Amino acid sequence: MKILVCIKQVPDMESKFKIAGDATWYDSGDLAWRMNEYDEYAVEQAVQLKSQVGDADLTVLCIGPQRVQETMKKALAMGCDRGVHIADDEPFKKDPFEIASIIAEFATDKKFDMIFTGMQSQDRGSAQVGILVAELLNIPSISTVVDFAFADGKVSAKRELEGGIKALVSCATPALVTCQLGMNTPRYPTLPNIMKAKRKELLSFPAADLLKVEGKQETAKVYFPEKKGGGLVLEGAAGDLADQLIQILKEKTAVLA
Amino acid sequence: MKALLVAEYRDGQLLASSYELVAFAQELGADSAMFLVGSDSALPQYDGTLHLADSGKYSEFNPAVHKQLLLDVIAKEQPEMVVFSHSSYGWDLAPRISLALGAAHASEVVEIVDGVPVVPVCNAKLRRQISAKTDQIVVTLQSGAFGLSSDPVGTPTVEKIDTDTAAQVEFGGYEEAEAGGVDLSKAEVIVSAGRGIGKPENLTIIEDLARALKGEYGASRPVVDSEWVDHSRQVGSTGQTVSPKLYVACGISGAIQHLAGMKKSEYVIAINTDKDAPIGEVADVLVVADLKEFVPALTAKLTA
Ligand SMILES: Cc1cc2nc3c(=O)[nH]c(=O)nc-3n(C[C@H](O)[C@H](O)[C@H](O)COP(=O)(O)OP(=O)(O)OC[C@H]3O[C@@H](n4cnc5c(N)ncnc54)[C@H](O)[C@@H]3O)c2cc1C
Repeated sequence: MKILVCIKQVPDMESKFKIAGDATWYDSGDLAWRMNEYDEYAVEQAVQLKSQVGDADLTVLCIGPQRVQETMKKALAMGCDRGVHIADDEPFKKDPFEIASIIAEFATDKKFDMIFTGMQSQDRGSAQVGILVAELLNIPSISTVVDFAFADGKVSAKRELEGGIKALVSCATPALVTCQLGMNTPRYPTLPNIMKAKRKELLSFPAADLLKVEGKQETAKVYFPEKKGGGLVLEGAAGDLADQLIQILKEKTAVLA
Repeated sequence: MKALLVAEYRDGQLLASSYELVAFAQELGADSAMFLVGSDSALPQYDGTLHLADSGKYSEFNPAVHKQLLLDVIAKEQPEMVVFSHSSYGWDLAPRISLALGAAHASEVVEIVDGVPVVPVCNAKLRRQISAKTDQIVVTLQSGAFGLSSDPVGTPTVEKIDTDTAAQVEFGGYEEAEAGGVDLSKAEVIVSAGRGIGKPENLTIIEDLARALKGEYGASRPVVDSEWVDHSRQVGSTGQTVSPKLYVACGISGAIQHLAGMKKSEYVIAINTDKDAPIGEVADVLVVADLKEFVPALTAKLTA
């Protein structure tokens, strides 16, 4: 069985963001980078599927600058067999359709039986790429999956809907699923596996080789939202803050009555 | 301008969120028509053309088939804009449509400024304006970003639609969220734990504060996904919707899906080390502090 998992490297969301010079993205300096949270579930599910079927080959793919190889190494240490790095210094300049087209162009002749992606990225959050890849490859896709099972060439999945209700959906392979938070428990790479990952194949080639389409949209501007909340902000020593807050609770709410 | 609104239907009911699309079209001053895979028995209150496919025949979830039904309507109506909710139904179907149309596609739109859709970036810390290079555009609207100011009224002119497209997936029905556990919707005070608690042992800090305030404790999704807290205590779009007199968010960043569950709270206190955390936007008071120090200090003073 051939499995592909697509991941993205994103900044830690607790970072202090700055706007980049041309105001079309955030400044990438001084940020801590990590694997997109949704993709951790995708990698874990792909690794679990590989161990379930035994005879499987699992490729992890990532588009981005050189630094994304660090994130790819984590996926390799989690159990992916090989890495495909599609080098692009400014992937944020490509729209979801272009990103998906690059992935589909790579995958088109590789005959993957299963493709996993995160349901969305934590930074751009378009929730489009996975489904677009499947549509471009003309295979079925199931999005927002919190429960995945594979048996007899068939995928049985649970999609998560609003309110925590789940829809039971199944389809034949080849297929693609986009992974939602909580789908499984992503493993921590062990030290021996981190060492082993260093020797795994990690190919890199330029995105331009695979990009054959034109984007449908571009970012006009990225900016900080106007602060509307205007709530009170308290800073200082914990003990003093507690006194202040108790005073506020007494004045503004009835809960301490 | 003409907008085609993709309404939603679940378990035999029209979803009220469909009216957010109507509000959006009104705000833009756009002419509209509506598309629904639903039934005659639950029609939207809407003055306009409703292109209606039978969910009994085409199923409530059937992307390839719904896609073809919708593409046929788009070919007929020629809308400049196709509008979905940014929901499990909308974000699944919308990319299939934008790709087929070769149209630009803006996800989770929160507003339109000078005709340009605006979407959140990085957990709503930033915003982004998207300019389309195509004549047609597909948008999905953030839940709650648009709303009618009064109850919906009207009677649609129904046009029945059909297709013989084959399904790609099989829909096997719904599974309810696990029942049981606590009913947070009745709690007057809720103290919620977010990923900022760091480890499950720190949950006692949150429980202690909840007890001191005579309330219940809740949690954000990662705390539930990690199985530190039962799902019945999850607050948010895929958990409980709560409206207590006091909501205390401890180590919760304030993602839109969490806010969806607690923004009707009367008074909100957030405790967060990150002064820029989006929870600050809905909090009456943001205490910038490490919850591991501040919360026990607060509990101690409350119980002294
Ligand atoms: C379709 C969908 C549905 C979803 N449904 C829900 C839902 O129902 N409910 C829900 O909650 N989420 C839901 N989510 C997930 C949501 O998008 C966020 O990922 C989640 O709410 C984040 O939880 P958090 O704030 O606890 O964690 P994070 O976003 O990781 O935030 C942790 C916060 O803790 C702060 N912090 C860290 N350490 C400390 C400390 N020592 N003291 C004080 N503060 C600290 C950080 O500054 C940060 O702001 C959903 C997502 C999707 C895509």
